[in-house]
Amino acid sequence: MPSSVMPTSVTPSGQVPSAAISAAGLRKSYGDKLVLDGIDLHIPSGSVFALLGPNGAGKTTVVKILSTLIRADDGQARVAGHDVATSAQAVRAAIGVTGQFSAVDGLITGEENMLLMTELHHLSKREGRQVAAELLERFDLRTAAKKPAATYSGGMRRRLDIAMTLVGSPRIIFLDEPTTGLDPRSRHAMWGMIRELVAGGATVFLTTQYLDEADELADRIAVLSNGKIVAEGTSDELKRRIPGGHVRLRFTDPAAYRSAAATLRDITADEEALALRIPSDGSQRELRSILDWLDAADIEADEFTVHTPDLDDVFFALTSANVPAQTEETAR
Amino acid sequence: MSTFALALRDSNTMLRRNLLHMRRYPSMTLNLLLTPVLLLLLFVYIFGDTMSAGAGGAGRSDYIAYLVPGILLMTIGSTTIGTAVSASMDMTEGIIARFRTMAIHRGSVLVGHVAGSVVQCMLSVALVGAVGVAIGFRAADATALEWLAAFGLLTLFSLALTWIAVGMGLVSPNAEAASNNAMPLIFLPLISSAFVQVDSMPGWFQPIAEYQPFTPAIETLRGLLLGTEIGHNGWLAAAWAIGLTALGYRWSKTVFARDPA
Repeated sequence: MPSSVMPTSVTPSGQVPSAAISAAGLRKSYGDKLVLDGIDLHIPSGSVFALLGPNGAGKTTVVKILSTLIRADDGQARVAGHDVATSAQAVRAAIGVTGQFSAVDGLITGEENMLLMTELHHLSKREGRQVAAELLERFDLRTAAKKPAATYSGGMRRRLDIAMTLVGSPRIIFLDEPTTGLDPRSRHAMWGMIRELVAGGATVFLTTQYLDEADELADRIAVLSNGKIVAEGTSDELKRRIPGGHVRLRFTDPAAYRSAAATLRDITADEEALALRIPSDGSQRELRSILDWLDAADIEADEFTVHTPDLDDVFFALTSANVPAQTEETAR
Repeated sequence: MSTFALALRDSNTMLRRNLLHMRRYPSMTLNLLLTPVLLLLLFVYIFGDTMSAGAGGAGRSDYIAYLVPGILLMTIGSTTIGTAVSASMDMTEGIIARFRTMAIHRGSVLVGHVAGSVVQCMLSVALVGAVGVAIGFRAADATALEWLAAFGLLTLFSLALTWIAVGMGLVSPNAEAASNNAMPLIFLPLISSAFVQVDSMPGWFQPIAEYQPFTPAIETLRGLLLGTEIGHNGWLAAAWAIGLTALGYRWSKTVFARDPA
């Protein structure tokens, strides 16, 4: 559900509560390398926000700063109404973080990991055991609970990781690339879990390099490239910004491909795939005129497909100007 | 909850985490005992005759009495190398990042390591001490108070070396580096009065051997258990222990407070 239609609760003082997460002008460099170059964020409570970007764009650095793990060089950020720099402990009490690298203690069992968390949240022994058992059950880890976490598969470790993050019912949850390295089934299971969290009222801050993941889960998406947010909006808003729709013609005969490529104008050619792209908005009228045009030119493609713009197009259009090779490679 | 109660509770949780690691992987503790035990047996049974002559003793049992207090302190040094390694390994684990983003007492992670390691040191000392007794070490004349003081000295020294070792572990990027950085903890006992008397060493070296942390502690322990002269070594040992604890504590805390890479 888009956050904008959710009723906003009002505090006793009559003020509308501030955003779950907000940031202004965050900067961070490591040595000479500028990693974040002025990040502004405004994330309403109860929404899912996806920070999308290729490897090295600075996604993890944003999460680290917002979750009080590291300090920004410049700029301000507030999480759950507290300044991350001056009230770090108050921020920590409100958040749950699942980092990119699994944050479980591999030397002890899954259950012991969970109990460690309940103790650090100062739950009573009884309550702790109950919370641990519930979460282990919910994340399908009951049978593996007594085994050392180091023996878990990647998907199990991720699940344990998130289960540990949920102890103490954090209002704001950071998930740094939660599905990287997971097989498709675990990935879909993870999406289901994230939706459940949001249904329970939590705000989720997600980073991902997968466009479909952002499309699937997020209310709002920001595209991060070279330390800057280059676009922000809903999935539809972003898609609308890019004229990525096209018709794709594929040939099996290289000679037919070459003659078509020579005849047609305003096209993008992909010689390797023997394919041509003709820009199109996908409307019936335009398709008909393209077909007529092809008939008139006596071009017969072996395959004719219509593509509407997707987040891939947006992503490449926004980020490829700077690092084309890397983007191409990592975003697939 | 008050800050102090929070600190205590979280430190206790972290201590139990470290003790759990030890219980699950006893081989880590036992491997560290190999060096002191082997050196004890080597120096008693292989080099024994020459060494006892050098130590001014008459026979093997005298040399065992001379050697065991030094070996006990060496056991602490050896065990704390494990502390440096496990602290450094722990810091590379994702769970530490998780702890840093939780509303817990910040120092509890370190206190857990230190307290766990002190327990480990004392267990190791007991085990190596048992080996000493098995091969003939006796401290029959020591009073209950002297035993208590000996126990206190060993604990305090464990605490001091552990804080230093945790600092060494925190500044080491990986387990190998931590093990190398912590070498002095096992090397210093070799150039102390643990194996031979300081008098028998070259003149220029004697001040180094005499005033480094291990010699005063060894001499104090000998005095408490065997009734030899302690002299100024008691104060020196206490000063070293307190000084190293304070230094290691400040160092570890400063390093841990830095932003992780």
